[in-house]
Amino acid sequence: MNQAVEVKDVTVAYDQKPVLENISFTVPKGILMAVVGPNGAGKSTLIKAMLDLTQKSAGDVKILGEAYKPKNRTVGYVPQRGTVDWDFPTNALDVTLMGRYGHIGWFRRPSKSDVALAEEALEKVGMSAYKHRQIRQLSGGQQQRVFLARALVQDADVYFMDEPFVGVDAATERAIIALLRDLKESGKTVVVVHHDLQTVPEYFDWTLLLNKQQIACGPTDEVFTMEQLQQTYGGHLSFLNQTEMVGR
Amino acid sequence: MEQIIQSLLHDSNTQWVVLSTMLLGIASGVLGSFALLRKQSLVGDAVAHAALPGICLAFFIIGEKQFLALIIGATVSGLLAMYLIQLITSTTRLKQDAAICLVLSVFFGIGIVLLTKVSQQSSGNKSGLDDFIFGQAASMTGSDVYLMGGTAAVLIVTTFILFKELKLITFDPEFAKGIGLPLGVLETLFSTLLVVTVVIGIQAVGVILMAALLIIPSMAARYWTDSLGVMVWISGLIGAISGVSGTLISTLGLGLATGPLIVVSASCMFVVSLIVAPKRGMIAQWTFHKKGIAAKTTGSYRKEGA
Amino acid sequence: MGYEAWILLTGSLVGISCGMIGCYLIVRRMVMLADAISHSVLLGIVLAFLVSQSLNSIYMLIGAAVIGLATTIFIQWLYASGVPEDASIGIVFTTLFAIGVILISLFAKDVHLDVNHALMGEIAFVPWNTIVIFGAEIPKATATLLGITVVTLLFIIGLYKELKITSFDAALALTIGLPVTFIHYLLMTMVSLTAVGSFDAVGAILVVAMFVVPGSCAYLLTDRLDAMLAISALVGVLSAVSGYYAALWWDVSISGSMAMMGGVIFLLTWIFSPRYGLISKWKKSSTPLKEQEG
Repeated sequence: MNQAVEVKDVTVAYDQKPVLENISFTVPKGILMAVVGPNGAGKSTLIKAMLDLTQKSAGDVKILGEAYKPKNRTVGYVPQRGTVDWDFPTNALDVTLMGRYGHIGWFRRPSKSDVALAEEALEKVGMSAYKHRQIRQLSGGQQQRVFLARALVQDADVYFMDEPFVGVDAATERAIIALLRDLKESGKTVVVVHHDLQTVPEYFDWTLLLNKQQIACGPTDEVFTMEQLQQTYGGHLSFLNQTEMVGR
Repeated sequence: MEQIIQSLLHDSNTQWVVLSTMLLGIASGVLGSFALLRKQSLVGDAVAHAALPGICLAFFIIGEKQFLALIIGATVSGLLAMYLIQLITSTTRLKQDAAICLVLSVFFGIGIVLLTKVSQQSSGNKSGLDDFIFGQAASMTGSDVYLMGGTAAVLIVTTFILFKELKLITFDPEFAKGIGLPLGVLETLFSTLLVVTVVIGIQAVGVILMAALLIIPSMAARYWTDSLGVMVWISGLIGAISGVSGTLISTLGLGLATGPLIVVSASCMFVVSLIVAPKRGMIAQWTFHKKGIAAKTTGSYRKEGA
Repeated sequence: MGYEAWILLTGSLVGISCGMIGCYLIVRRMVMLADAISHSVLLGIVLAFLVSQSLNSIYMLIGAAVIGLATTIFIQWLYASGVPEDASIGIVFTTLFAIGVILISLFAKDVHLDVNHALMGEIAFVPWNTIVIFGAEIPKATATLLGITVVTLLFIIGLYKELKITSFDAALALTIGLPVTFIHYLLMTMVSLTAVGSFDAVGAILVVAMFVVPGSCAYLLTDRLDAMLAISALVGVLSAVSGYYAALWWDVSISGSMAMMGGVIFLLTWIFSPRYGLISKWKKSSTPLKEQEG
């Protein structure tokens, strides 16, 4: 069994309007995969549907050969940064520690070793100095690093990250990519929703091109061709490409 | 039933009370529609509760239950509450729901404190301020009724004169500013209209339930139409029917307060709208959904989408 | 214990239980839901009375919990069908409260249930209505509230991290397999129980005030959830105690005065909070200007 993720015929519809149709692909273990496509292509929806955070109209998702169940704790999810309340009374260390909650179980408190793991993860993303900061007081890049640290302590086998590079500074981007490579080294699989076409070939060894339907999926050097990209983005690729570069 | 018809035909006081609660119903239906679309439904609730201390203070100052003075007191404390809610949300990290609830409960607490003071002072006739909590339309005297009805009429007319301006600042304030409308003035005007609506309704509906008269008719009307112009009419109509039927039932002599009856009448019409309205109603949705599922199983909807 | 001590204890217990639950309502942006439940439990109490024909607090608690949950479900259901959230709340609680008031006036007028009582409570009468527990004679309302406070504490301590993570990041909670919806309804049940337990003693209005005011003060004073819970409980007690003495001083409604003193404490916090107060905000916004000039 060397497939980390198997997606079969996944369809998602809101109000009878299909958002994603018949998506089927597999991701081998130990791969960094990018999910690429224009705005509104359903990239985040795909991730959410795979993790049962959005209802699927049809289709199956297997993680490490088994039907996905949250209880298996095989999956780590890093949502888009905009989705939480930054005024919540909590600090960086506390947020990171939340990644351990799945392992700790009901009613019990985090142990010293959980705290140690969280501190270690913060160290890895270069956030140790800020561990007692309230999360609103962190910059966008720092917030993203805390979320990554939280994913690290989850100690999952397959990670799903939704646009981790959006709105971060260059230093954070380098830190994130180093971290992704570390994860890959230790045999983890990472699926990343990605916006910046320029960096796809450099960062990722597997790519899914998506625009409501699946355009292509496979090793980046095979999939990431001009022709395929044009099919994904329509005729506006050159224009989009530039705005993406400027906008991000 | 006979009793109702009798009092409607022969008692001129009842006739006036009914007419003015009808006007009140229209005014709150109309302004409630705007409040709903501006996501200010519950602000009305805070304003209504916050009116209580203003009423009591006005009573302290004047020394008697003079409706105009009480209305002015209530308007001032209602506007103050509205301003405080905005100030709390803009200067602290508390969100609007907490700010509304905070202002509402503290002002009402102060109102209760002042109310106990008032009832100690005027031990003889017990002041009748208690009626403001649940509403007692029947206890209104002639001049109160004229004042309430007249003010409601003014509110309705003002709203219709400024209909398109209010519509624009509700839908797209930036654009309204762009074409040169005085946004600040219009927003303040709308807040004042809303507060005055709540305040004149307090004696008939009561501070606790007045907000319902803003929310329920307008939400019921929303089910029937997608046009604001039509929605305002339907909402006014539902408000009027609720006002009239609530007032009439409370004259039956069962000792029921007007406010809860008006609210329950409005709720009944809301439930009817929820179920039978075309397109948005439950029956329409249900049949539509069934068709949708049929389409899905045959796979035809995919072709539509592609 | 004397008369005064019982009242202070009762008010403080309301402050502690409502204040702590209120923290979660504030960070989850569900304060209005608690306002709605605090009003609609009136219907639960009336229905419990009409069905059981007794004023036993067990029936009241059951009735309130049922109606409290029903309120939450109705609101959720209207919201899911496309009604804006604030309007859903406004429709449901005013309707249920109005039905409650009508039922009281029609069927339960002569009994101890009356609407003003439900609204303002009669904490002054609490010490007279006693029961005997383990040989000690203690006021009924105080005993009920003591039980509710203990349950609240167990709930918050036991499910501390589950409540925190579902409040902060429901998506993460779902991916690690926590029953987010179940925890939501559990919290709403706690809100209903706390509301009804406090209802008899202090009335609906003070319940709402105690749900929102102490938590709001704490929210402006700290960045830690555990500290927020503790400060909130403290502010709850402080409002109750200062409110009682203020009421004695001016000879006014005790529960109204407790809500009012809560407001005073909030006002002070709002102005003087070292972290998020108006003064510190004003100082912060004026310092960078000076730096720029220099």
